[in-house]
Amino acid sequence: MTLTDAQQLGYINAQAADGRVNVELETDDGMVLNMGPQHPATHGTLRLVARLDGEQVTSADVMCGYMHRGYEKLCEVRSYPQVTTLVNRIDWLGSFANEVPFILAAEQLMEVEAPPRAQWIRTLLFELSRIANVSLFIGDLALQLGAQTPAFYAFRDREFVLNQIESVTGGRFHPNFDRIGGLKDDLPKGWIAETKAAMVRLRAFCDEMEGLVYGNEIFQSRTRGVGVIPAAIAQSYGLSGANLRGSGVDWDLRRDANVGLVYDQLDWKVWTHPDGDSYSRCWVRLQEVREATKIVDQICDGLPSGAIMAKVPRIIKVPAGEAYIATENPLGQMGYYVVSKGDTGPFRVKIRSASFNNISIAPWLLRGVYVPDIITILASLYFILGDIDR
Amino acid sequence: MAEDTATASAEAPEIVVDERREELRAVFVAHLGDAVLDSVIKPGDGLWIRVATDAWAEAGRVAQDKADCKYFDFLSAIDWLPSPYGRYEDSALDVPFPPPMPERSAAVPGYAGGESRLQVLASVAKTGTDLRVLLKVDVPDDDPRLATWIRTYAGAAWHERETHEMFGISFDGNADMRNLYLPSEFEGYPLRKEFPLLARVVKPWPGIIDVEPMPGDDEPSEGEGTEE
Amino acid sequence: MISLSVLGVELAYWQVTSLRVLGVLLAVVLPAGAFVYLFLFKMMSFMQSRLGPMEAGPFGSMQLLAEVGKFLQKEDIVPERADRRLFFIAPYIVLASTFLLFSVMPFGPDVYFTNLDTGIFLALGLSSVSVIGILIAGWASANKYSLIGGIRAAGQLIAYELPMVLAVVGVVIQAGTLNLQGIVAAQHQGEIFGFSGIGNPFLLTQFVAFGVFLVATQAELTQTPFDMPVAESEIVTGYMTEYSGLRFLLFFIGEFATAGAFAALAATLFLGGWALPFVSLDDNAMNFIGPLVLFAKILMVGFLIFWARFTFPRFREDQLQAFAWKYLIPIALINILVTMILKVAF
Repeated sequence: MTLTDAQQLGYINAQAADGRVNVELETDDGMVLNMGPQHPATHGTLRLVARLDGEQVTSADVMCGYMHRGYEKLCEVRSYPQVTTLVNRIDWLGSFANEVPFILAAEQLMEVEAPPRAQWIRTLLFELSRIANVSLFIGDLALQLGAQTPAFYAFRDREFVLNQIESVTGGRFHPNFDRIGGLKDDLPKGWIAETKAAMVRLRAFCDEMEGLVYGNEIFQSRTRGVGVIPAAIAQSYGLSGANLRGSGVDWDLRRDANVGLVYDQLDWKVWTHPDGDSYSRCWVRLQEVREATKIVDQICDGLPSGAIMAKVPRIIKVPAGEAYIATENPLGQMGYYVVSKGDTGPFRVKIRSASFNNISIAPWLLRGVYVPDIITILASLYFILGDIDR
Repeated sequence: MAEDTATASAEAPEIVVDERREELRAVFVAHLGDAVLDSVIKPGDGLWIRVATDAWAEAGRVAQDKADCKYFDFLSAIDWLPSPYGRYEDSALDVPFPPPMPERSAAVPGYAGGESRLQVLASVAKTGTDLRVLLKVDVPDDDPRLATWIRTYAGAAWHERETHEMFGISFDGNADMRNLYLPSEFEGYPLRKEFPLLARVVKPWPGIIDVEPMPGDDEPSEGEGTEE
Repeated sequence: MISLSVLGVELAYWQVTSLRVLGVLLAVVLPAGAFVYLFLFKMMSFMQSRLGPMEAGPFGSMQLLAEVGKFLQKEDIVPERADRRLFFIAPYIVLASTFLLFSVMPFGPDVYFTNLDTGIFLALGLSSVSVIGILIAGWASANKYSLIGGIRAAGQLIAYELPMVLAVVGVVIQAGTLNLQGIVAAQHQGEIFGFSGIGNPFLLTQFVAFGVFLVATQAELTQTPFDMPVAESEIVTGYMTEYSGLRFLLFFIGEFATAGAFAALAATLFLGGWALPFVSLDDNAMNFIGPLVLFAKILMVGFLIFWARFTFPRFREDQLQAFAWKYLIPIALINILVTMILKVAF
C-alpha cells in the first residue's frame, strides 16, 4: 500500500499548494481580481481569475475542478444499473435528464427498446426536469443582476414541478428512476391532473417573469448587446442548448436527432434568437420552459397504455460495442460515449456534458467587458458546477 | 434519420445503406486518401472514422471545411488496456498491489480498429441534422503526443487539456496544458487503466451483484451469469 | 433649550443635553428599526410570497433585537493587512453623518435640535460626509472587492449629489427660504389656485423635483437598482466585505438610518413635513403630534424606496453615471428653470 500513501500525501500537498496560490495573485500589469471558488455569482465553486484595468477585464481565466468527482473513472467500476445513481449528480437541477442518454446508449448496445408507455413517461419526466431546471435559472438570473424577488418566485413555482417529480420517482432531486428497458414504476393515480394544474402555474410563472424580469428596462440594458457570441464561434466552441440557439443556430437534438424519446410525435417548436447576446440566451430559455409545459400537456393527454418495462435479463450484460447518444438536456447537449466489452459494467464512459463546453468560451467572451458584465455573461451562459466538473 | 432507416429496413432488412453517412465518409476518403485507415457506419446512428496519427490535424480541417461539420462536440481518449484491478468486485486482499499489468492483445476491439493502447476520440457534428462523425486516431504508446485541433475548433482547447491531465497525451501546438481539474502537482493520469481507484483499493465495494431469482422468473440464457 | 420649553419645566443644562442625546438616538434608531422590520423583514417577505420572521415575538417583532444581539456577539475580525485605525473609524464616520443629518430636521413647531436659516444646505452638505467614511472603509480593508466597492460608492454618491441638490433648489425657489421650518410653513400656508384648505405640499407643484429627489435618494442610499457599491453577486457587498460584528452593525444601522433621514428630508421638503392641514402651525399640540405625523410620512416615502429596492435589478456602473448626467441633471435643471419662470410670473 505504499503507493497509495504516497499518492494520498501528494494529493494533499498539491491541494495545499493550490490553496496558497488562491490567497494573492498580484502582478504589475493591472489588478488581478479573483472570483471564487467561494463567490456568490459562481453557483458553487467555479473560480474566475480576471485581470482588470479599472473596471474593464483585460483577460480572464476560468478554473474549475473544485467539484471534480471523477465520474468517468467511477463508471468503470460500476455495473450498468448503478451508473444512473452517479450520473444523477451531474446536473443536479434536472437530474432525470442525466440518466436518459446513458440508458438510451446502453439500450442501443443491447438492442433493447423500451415499450411505448415507458418512452412517453421518459419524455414527460425529461421535460419536467427541464422546467424545474430552467425555471430556477430565470430566478437566479434576476438574482445575479440584483433583483431579489424573482428568485423567490422561481423557488416557489419550481416546487410544483418538484412535487410532481417526487410523487412519481420518490426523489426530488435525484430520482434514479430510469432503467435499462423501461422505467422503475408507473405513474401514480391522479398524477396526470395534478401535473396539468402545475403546468398552468408554470405558464403563469413564465408570464410573470416576462413582465417582471425580461420586460424591465434595466434588465434589458444590462443584457442586450452584452456577451455577443457569433454563430460560427458558438459552433466551434461546441456551445449547446439555448446558448447555441440564442446565437441563431437552429439545432435541437430533440427535433433533429431524436433517439428513444417521443418528440417526433408531439407538436412543439424550437425557438431561436438571432442576436447572440445575453438577452437572447435568456429569452430562448424562457420560451423553452413554455414549450416544455406544452409538451408535458400533450404527453399527459396522449399517454399510451401498456407495459413500462421491456424484457431484459436480471443481470445486465451489455454486448461489446460502442455507442454515443446525446440528448438535448436542460443545459444543452449531454452525451455519453459508452464503450462496452461485453461485461456487466462499461469499459469506458465519456461524459460529454453541456456546461463544460458552454463555459469554455468564457475566457474568449470575457475579454474587454466590465466587471458587472462578468456576472451577466456567466449567468446567461448558465452552467451548473456538477455539469462542468463531473 | 428515422424515415430512411425505417423505409430501408422495411425493404431490405439485411443490408441497410445509410446514404447520407456514406456521402460523409466519401468526403473524408476523398480529402484524406490513405490516411483514412478504417471506418464503420452504423446505419441511422453514427459514423466512425479512424485516421492516421500524422493526419489528425488535417482530419480536423477536412471535417470543418469539407464535410461541413462545424460543430465541435467533444474530444477525449480511450485506454484499451484491460484494467489490472478488474472491476474491484473481489476483495482487495485477494489482489496483490500493485497487480501485474495484464497482457494486451495487439488489435483494439473497438469500432474502426486500431493498434495502439491509447486512442483519441473526437466528435464533430453538422448542426441542424443528426449527422455526426466520430474521429479516432491511434496515439503512439511510447510518446503519446498528437497535433492540436485548436486552430480548427477553438473549443478543443479545454478538451485537450482534460485529455492531457487524464490520459497523459500531449497536444503539440496547444500551449495551455495546465491541469483543469486536478491540483497542479498531481502525479499520474487518473483515467489510465493502471491508475488505481484508491477508494476501492482501500475499501472493497460491498455492492457485488447478488440477485436472487424471482419466483416464476425463468431467464434461460443470460440471467444465470454470476460475478466473474 | 427652545425645544424643551414645551414641557413647561426648566431643566439644568446637563439634563437638557442628555435629553437631546436621547432624542437624537430615538430619531435615528426609530425610523431605522421601523424600516428594517416593516419593510426589510415583513414587506419584502410578503412581496416574495413568504412569511418572514415569525418566531421571535408576535409576528417576529422581536427579531430586530435578536439580530442586534447576534451581531454584538460576533467576533470583531480585522484583516491582517488592514489599516487598523482607519478600519475602525470608518463606520463611525458614516454613522456620524447620519446623526448630524437629524440635527437640522424639524419635528414640530418647537421640537428641533437646531433651527438654522441654511438648514437644507447643511443637511445636503452633511449627507456627503458619509462618502468619506465609505471610501476609508473600502481602502482600509485591504481587500480588492472592498476597494472596488469604495471607489464605486465614491463615484456614485458624488454623481448623485448633484441631481439631489438641483431638485431641492426647485423647492427652495418656491418656498423662498433655506430654513426647513420655513419650508414647512410655506407648504402649510400656501394655496393651490386660491384654495388653501390643505396648504400646498410641494409634491403637487414640484413633482418633477420629487421624482428626481427620490431617484437620487435611492442612489445615495446605495439601494437597488443603484447598489453597485455593495453588489453582492459581483463584489460581495463591496466596502462591507471585511466588516463583521459590531462594526458591520454600525454600517447596517447607518444604511437604514440614512434611509430614514432622507425619507424625513423628502417628507419635509415635499409632503409638508410635520404639519397637518387645518391645524395651526403654532398649536402646542403639534409639538407632540408633529413627530408622529412626520414619522408616518417617513414611512410613506420609505415604502416607495423599498418597493423599488425589491423590484428592480441593478444598473451597471457606466449606465448609472450616464443616467445621472444625461437624464436626471438636465431634468432637474429644466425643473429649476420652469419654477423660476412661474415664480416670477405669478
